[in-house]
Amino acid sequence: MSKIEIKKFNLYYADFHALKNININIEEKRITAMIGPSGCGKSTLLRSINRINDTIENVYTSGEINVSGENIYGDEIDVDALRRNVGMVFQRPNPFPISIYENVAFGLKVNRIALNKNIIDETVERSLKAVLLWNDIKDKLRKSALNLTLEQQQRLCIARLIAVAPHVILLDEPCSSLDPVATQKIEELVIQLKDRYTIVVVTHNMQQAARISHNTAFMFLGELIEFDKTEKIFTNPSKRETGDYVSGRFG
Amino acid sequence: MIKLNPKLSQKLSYTILFLATVLAVVPVVVIIFIIIKNGASAITWEFLTSMPKDGMRGGGILPAILGTLSIVTCAIAITLPIGVCAAIYLSEYAKNNLLTRIVKLAIVNLAGVPSVVYGLFGLAIFVMFLKLGVSIIAGALTLSIMELPVIITTSRSALNSVPYSFREASLSLGVSRWQTVRYIVLPNAIPGILTGAILSISRISGETATILFTAAAFSVPHLPHSVLDQVMTLPYHLYIISTQIPNMPENVIFGTALVLLLMVLTMSFVAIVTRIYFRKRRKW
Repeated sequence: MSKIEIKKFNLYYADFHALKNININIEEKRITAMIGPSGCGKSTLLRSINRINDTIENVYTSGEINVSGENIYGDEIDVDALRRNVGMVFQRPNPFPISIYENVAFGLKVNRIALNKNIIDETVERSLKAVLLWNDIKDKLRKSALNLTLEQQQRLCIARLIAVAPHVILLDEPCSSLDPVATQKIEELVIQLKDRYTIVVVTHNMQQAARISHNTAFMFLGELIEFDKTEKIFTNPSKRETGDYVSGRFG
Repeated sequence: MIKLNPKLSQKLSYTILFLATVLAVVPVVVIIFIIIKNGASAITWEFLTSMPKDGMRGGGILPAILGTLSIVTCAIAITLPIGVCAAIYLSEYAKNNLLTRIVKLAIVNLAGVPSVVYGLFGLAIFVMFLKLGVSIIAGALTLSIMELPVIITTSRSALNSVPYSFREASLSLGVSRWQTVRYIVLPNAIPGILTGAILSISRISGETATILFTAAAFSVPHLPHSVLDQVMTLPYHLYIISTQIPNMPENVIFGTALVLLLMVLTMSFVAIVTRIYFRKRRKW
């Protein structure tokens, strides 16, 4: 079943046509990877799925992106509610400069999802356990989140999202500032999370796409060249550009 | 062209640059030295806490101190909230269109208007048109308009220094734009905003021309008890006693200057300490 349907989606940064007629169906509770050389539009597409691109000026779109059957570029859409459903993890871990506990509780408190202290405590604990961070930091919840290692910070950012109970998690090159060991750990975490969330991950790292995703989209110069089962993309792609890219001939 | 050998030219340029730096510091040191040397003898408890006597030649300067403090307090209480709100609008909400660019340009230019022009403006609008009279409130409103561009500019740069990634992180949790400003951007910008505000306070404490027409009185025999009162102020009082009153003891003139200087320097010092304190706590 598809959770996200992107139909004839175009995006312009002023005059620059950054995404050209994109059509993809993203399956629910699966990991979908987006690969392609720098500037191909994969991050732009990802950032269109929770409309975080709205914060940039002079962005125009046409076409539809349906999340759970609702066009998020429709007139009636509540963008804040959309972003609560479709959370995002960024390239560089970006915890707020407050305590670990307050980071995870932030979305709950500000969105008034939970106001009772016990419920917030429970959700913080559950979220930190879900990202396998609880055991390491349960004694220093009141310490600043900025004292954590980068890997821990990225886990915390994922926990912070999970706390507001999204259906979809978008990851924009989540490991690009991490070392290989930390990368492997985050990948393992992402694989664990797929049973509960629909995950879309943009990555520069083709091995990463091959290791963790079910489906892979290959993009090039703003176009979706090929979208298929990951195995097929990496072993027997139908388009020549895809083959050239995954075999490292360009990009 | 004369060719100096590289070592000599290096030495020469070093000397010139060093002298220029020293020259910038010397006047400050000399001013402070002269004022302290000539004025310190006037500073007594009585000088700070009593009314002037003998045609201002004796007694104290309490009404001028209180006058300056009350005008400055009112002015910052008006200008800070308005300035911060405008800064938030400009850096968090405003689209980069013609109107915003005109507003930004106006702000930059307002900062360059001479203060005596603000004084005349305040006289026309607040004192005469709004019939507030020459009063604390008229002076404070005039000063607050004068400081508004400064507050907006410093607040905007404080807001802009909060990393963009914090805003993205907050928005991606479904937190609204206003709540993001309220709970993430503003708390992290407050040190910068405060520093700007304190520096503004120190700047307007010494402001003379603006309040000359709008708030200051030659002499008021009582302490201010309402915002509609005329008041004595330190800078204007200093002007009067140094030019209008014959046989003024010199140490009283310099003593008054010293009090004003100490007030301004204390403010700047507080601003520096605030900035250092918050910078230590911040880690991004």
